[in-house]
Amino acid sequence: MNRHLNILVIESDETRARTVADALAQDGTCRVVILADTSSLSRRIAEMDPDVVLIDVADPSRDVIEDMAVATSPKERAVALFAPGGDTEFMRAAIEAGVSAYVAEDIRPEVLRPVIDLAIAQFGTVRRLRLELETTRRALEERKLIDRAKGILMRARGLSEDEAYALLRKTAMDQKKKMAEVAGALVTAAGLLG
Amino acid sequence: MSGKSLRLAYVPLTDAAPVIIAREMGFAASEGVALDLVQARSWALLRDFLSAGTVEAAHMLAPMAVARAMGLQASLPPVEVLMVLSHGGQVIGTSTALARDLPPLTGAAQAADAIRSAAGPRPRVGVPFAFSTHALLMGRWLGRGIEIRTVPPPLMAEALARGEIDLFCVGEPWGTVAAEAGVGAILASGRSIWAAPPEKVLAARAGWAESRPEAAGALMRAVWRAGRWLDQRGNREVAAEILARPEYLGLPVETVEASLTGRTAFALPPPPGPFITFHDGGASFPWRSTGALIGAQLAQRFDLPQEPAAHAGAAIFRTDLYRRHMRAAGADLPGASMKIEGTLTHPTAVASERGTMILAPDRFFDGWIFDPPVD
Repeated sequence: MNRHLNILVIESDETRARTVADALAQDGTCRVVILADTSSLSRRIAEMDPDVVLIDVADPSRDVIEDMAVATSPKERAVALFAPGGDTEFMRAAIEAGVSAYVAEDIRPEVLRPVIDLAIAQFGTVRRLRLELETTRRALEERKLIDRAKGILMRARGLSEDEAYALLRKTAMDQKKKMAEVAGALVTAAGLLG
Repeated sequence: MSGKSLRLAYVPLTDAAPVIIAREMGFAASEGVALDLVQARSWALLRDFLSAGTVEAAHMLAPMAVARAMGLQASLPPVEVLMVLSHGGQVIGTSTALARDLPPLTGAAQAADAIRSAAGPRPRVGVPFAFSTHALLMGRWLGRGIEIRTVPPPLMAEALARGEIDLFCVGEPWGTVAAEAGVGAILASGRSIWAAPPEKVLAARAGWAESRPEAAGALMRAVWRAGRWLDQRGNREVAAEILARPEYLGLPVETVEASLTGRTAFALPPPPGPFITFHDGGASFPWRSTGALIGAQLAQRFDLPQEPAAHAGAAIFRTDLYRRHMRAAGADLPGASMKIEGTLTHPTAVASERGTMILAPDRFFDGWIFDPPVD
């Protein structure tokens, strides 16, 4: 009979935390608690005494958790890391997905591995979605900027829309810049000149 | 352009200056290296980047590399120290409550006594990382009766405000930030405890520098030239402009400049010399004895045997690689690779290849001397 695995997810983004927590809680062997606020972190973790702590790989508070692992007995409790046995492939996957895990020493690897794999998959999905959203938003903003620059060129130099676009593209290529950068400079300059 | 592309991880702190300047002032490019800087906002992440091979080298806390050599962390690939990036740069302070209870301070030894009697039995000391020069300095200064707590530097002021720590040792500008927020008082420079405390090192995975000698040599020379440039008069202001940019530290230029030029106001006057050094006084040479000292101090803190720790620390300070690669850059090289630490009370000329090497003072506040138990 497996005991429940107590997992603490430290994540201030509620959507992300919920996505991960729900996925982990689904098979019924994990109890998941979410912590959004990282102040007094070491005290809170000590109180909750989780088996596994999952935290964004880039969260600055990780150094506080590392400290807990060395504070008492650095040699014995050094297992607190997300790469069992220094498996670098696995580490790369975790970094890519954006998750790190700290694990209590008495948790058996075969119990742990599926949980970590699931965490990597979930964190990875959330990160990808966020990146896609960001890319889309940026593309939209660049489109708007280029449209405004085109408009300025059409008015100032009497060009057609296609000609204005071609001129922007040629200038960008000549200057080895992105079209959005050239467009941005033009919009700023036009604003300054009134 | 020989097309060497290298990735290097750094934590956004003032003392990342040598690696940032190596890239921005073209020192890396003139060695034929396209230096890709990868920012990590925690030492844990930097360590992971290096362990996973995401980066080839890193700007690292000197004791972090030694701790790894001593087996104080999980079974991750060992690292080695190619050169020292900086000495000094630490500020030591207290909570405002503790500062109120202190008598006027006249010297580091008297201040330690005053703190011990005012702070209660086991003062809590905030440092940026468990394995850090900051922790080492505070342990040497106040002895073993302190509780070391990790607090990420930007959160040091908050930890003081919440009453979670009584003292702190941190890199600037975070000491000044705490003082200006009215929650802390700055007492001393780290150099008041140890006149030349090695702070950050250039670290790589063990074996990398030997398997890629050209790349490693180019990187080391570029970073060494950047350090020399940083210690030349008038360049720190330029460096501050570069470091302050959003892609690096993302702090106000004045803040970065104040911490680079050492404009911190200390209650205890620091010893003569700059607040932070990147090159002068032989600062970049990775003395094996320094690695041994850090190992022995870590062993003492964690109740481990000191001699094997000193050996482990000495072994990863790769004086041999420094000699092999830096001669070409014009670096002067000392005759010895080991020194008795803590004996220099004033700038001292030592035997070196070019006869121009003058070591900076490395005295401890209490005259403690470390004679490495290593060949």
